Amino acid sequence: MNLIDAIVQGILLGGLYALFAAGLSLIFGVMRLVNIAHGDFIVLAAYIAMVIIQSTGMNAFASLILVVPLMAALGYVIQRFILNKTLGDDLLPPILVTFGLAVVIQNTLLTVFETNTRRLSAGPIETASVAVGPISLGVLPLLTFAVAVGLILLLEVGFFRSRIGRAFRATSDDPATAQAIGVDTRHIFALAMALSFAVIAVAGVLLAVRSNFDPFSGPARLIYGFEAVIIGGLGSLWGTLAGGIVIGVSQAIGAQISPAFQTLAGHLVFFAVLAIKPRGLFPRMD
Amino acid sequence: MTQRLSKPALRVGLGLIVVAVIFASAPLWAGRADLRLIGEFMSFLALAVLWNLLAGYAGLMSVGQQAFVGLGGYMLFIGVIFLGLNPLVAIPLAIVAGAVAGAIFAPLLFRLEGAYFAIGTWVAAETIALIFSAIPTLGAGAGMSLPVDAVRAIADSRDGREAVVYWLLVAFGLGTVAFAFALIRSKPGLSLMALRDNALAAGSVGVDIWKARFWTYVAVAGASGGIGAVIFLQKLRISPTSAFSLTDWTVVIIFIVVIGGIGRLEGAIIGTILYFVLRELLIDFGAVYMIVLGIAAILTMLWSRSGIWGGVEKRFGWSLLPTRRTRH
Amino acid sequence: MADPILSVRGLSSGYGDFQALFDVSFDLAEASVLGVVGANGAGKSTLFKSIMGLLPRGGDMVAFRGKPIGHVRSDRMARLGIVMVPEGRRLFRSLTVEENLNIAADHGRKGDWSPRRVYDLFPILGEKRRQQATQLSGGQQQMVAIGRALVANPDVVLFDEISLGLAPIVVNDVYAALPKIIETGISAVVVEQDVDRVMKLADSLVCLVEGHVALSGAASEFTKAQLTAAYFGEEPA
Repeated sequence: MNLIDAIVQGILLGGLYALFAAGLSLIFGVMRLVNIAHGDFIVLAAYIAMVIIQSTGMNAFASLILVVPLMAALGYVIQRFILNKTLGDDLLPPILVTFGLAVVIQNTLLTVFETNTRRLSAGPIETASVAVGPISLGVLPLLTFAVAVGLILLLEVGFFRSRIGRAFRATSDDPATAQAIGVDTRHIFALAMALSFAVIAVAGVLLAVRSNFDPFSGPARLIYGFEAVIIGGLGSLWGTLAGGIVIGVSQAIGAQISPAFQTLAGHLVFFAVLAIKPRGLFPRMD
Repeated sequence: MTQRLSKPALRVGLGLIVVAVIFASAPLWAGRADLRLIGEFMSFLALAVLWNLLAGYAGLMSVGQQAFVGLGGYMLFIGVIFLGLNPLVAIPLAIVAGAVAGAIFAPLLFRLEGAYFAIGTWVAAETIALIFSAIPTLGAGAGMSLPVDAVRAIADSRDGREAVVYWLLVAFGLGTVAFAFALIRSKPGLSLMALRDNALAAGSVGVDIWKARFWTYVAVAGASGGIGAVIFLQKLRISPTSAFSLTDWTVVIIFIVVIGGIGRLEGAIIGTILYFVLRELLIDFGAVYMIVLGIAAILTMLWSRSGIWGGVEKRFGWSLLPTRRTRH
Repeated sequence: MADPILSVRGLSSGYGDFQALFDVSFDLAEASVLGVVGANGAGKSTLFKSIMGLLPRGGDMVAFRGKPIGHVRSDRMARLGIVMVPEGRRLFRSLTVEENLNIAADHGRKGDWSPRRVYDLFPILGEKRRQQATQLSGGQQQMVAIGRALVANPDVVLFDEISLGLAPIVVNDVYAALPKIIETGISAVVVEQDVDRVMKLADSLVCLVEGHVALSGAASEFTKAQLTAAYFGEEPA
């Protein structure tokens, strides 16, 4: 019974990891950029939410009304004025610049908020649960999972049905030609990053009501999201959901063996998938 | 060929010997605190040169070098405490362990490209760190100390031990510079550079290139293991947090190389000197100096990708360690 | 002659340290066709990429309706009224035929050309509008590439080797559409290796040899022999 319970909790946890992964996958899909500071921006979003909640008394989820646009604007600016300058044939600059951003964010958060761990309060929903047969499911994990599925669905539909999604795909296929037909690729890249940051904002708030965070919680979130992306298969949004679930379930089962194995189990499964199916479980057909 | 290459090689060789003699004689004229500082400088220099080989020359952007430093440190403690080895004998063991770990992870990590490779190396480091922190015999999360008897095996007096550790660090520091210089001027080294400039753009990696990258990665992993062993021989204590510190063994090292000049041997040297100066100045400000380093590295990548040494080269045409490399 | 719609003056350009064009000048008259011929590597594609701003060019090297546009970014060229049908078609592979047309329409100018009108011009595209563009035959893909240029409602279209890699009979189909396009008032620069085809279509000609203009003038001034000689870099007799 414990095992089934662990698997179910792991699947729900996977939803959160899929949210971490979706933002990464999105920008990689559009501009082949990997944001090493992704996890740190998730944590930054959590702190911004915290400040908003403390100063306005808003509910944690209501704070998203402000956190999402703030983060999206930040993403747009960072891409437009910093990261666009790093794109090109040389792979090192984007990696090193986002790596530098990660360190700067961590230490700035440390300077401003110190090392104390924090948590956002979302009220009674935190402890609420529903019983499904013999298993008790937390309402918050269920909600997180539903939000993940909903957001991925929305992104997927937007990608294939909207004008801006069309521009994302065209730019991803061939940026030079997109530019020649009138697509301002610098703006498109910045919009993709803004969208990624909107997802980051949601992920950050959900993370912060679920678990403790501190200025150095970012890297682990980047790693879980990254593992989900690679396991799911590059460029596939639904793959990131599957990858997130694989990592979530692995961690939940690992934790059953020993708390020390929780994270380790996820890493080992990641390396196993890399060894057996290097292109991930759901590689995009090209 | 020999005619063309031997002159600068000879000059650099002689220069290194002079530098080595000066540094090696330091225990005769420098105090304990100064020795420690120079020793620490040498360990950072070695790690910076090695990371520069990986990222600047082989195009392997690793953010997981702490895996091998930490592993080397732990192998020293395991060798001394559980196998009863003399610490000086345990250092080669640490080198072998680092190289073997590198050889195990490389085939998996090489399946990831660019930034994903970078994060992959990070996961590898986390994995090794988690394994060590889960082993109760090794003190789990708390770590362990080197017993006094074992340390005495190096030298009886404290000054003697400090001197030996110092010499080891100098050997690693200058040794990696000499090794990197020789490697870059060798044929495999030249193909490594060609590979970096092309494979990065083309994204296609052939068999020979795979091999060149593999051996570079393994050699750097081994050397990092050795340096880790000496660093923790000096510290006498190890824990998963200190051994596998991302900040100490990778973040700072990356910033050193980026600011000094990536893909330039002199860059690692200048960067390390600058780092130590900056650290002495800003040490009281804690996190601020990491923020300053981070911003400096970002600005370097945005405005002058070849770093400080690249600027010096362009402006004055200087080259301390001529490797006949031209860029752009 | 009326003022040219597009004029190139002293254009020099290339890739990095490699210079591919040297001091190229020519004029394109309104509602006319200019043919650019030259061997492989003569700089024809470089010429188009430079005009479009995909390669660096000087501020006053290109003028549109008498105004210098050399500083205009490539993604503004379509709004200005200049578009390119790139060599090798370069369709967006994850987009359908219709999406390939729509995205160009999104970013181009308003006007008579719409995807529907492209389907009138190339009925086969209407039938295949929901297919991935890259699943079409080479000739059909070329039609999509031309359609993608037209829906931006341009004044000037740069056609880059639209016969490349196509069977002769297919090339005929593609070229048959060109006069219909020109009739609507569009001016065209046509880069082509097939001298016969260009001579039939063009009002004026430019022959590039190793990045230099070897010959230029009204099409009626030249015989095929003269053009062929220039093409192979021989001094005009």
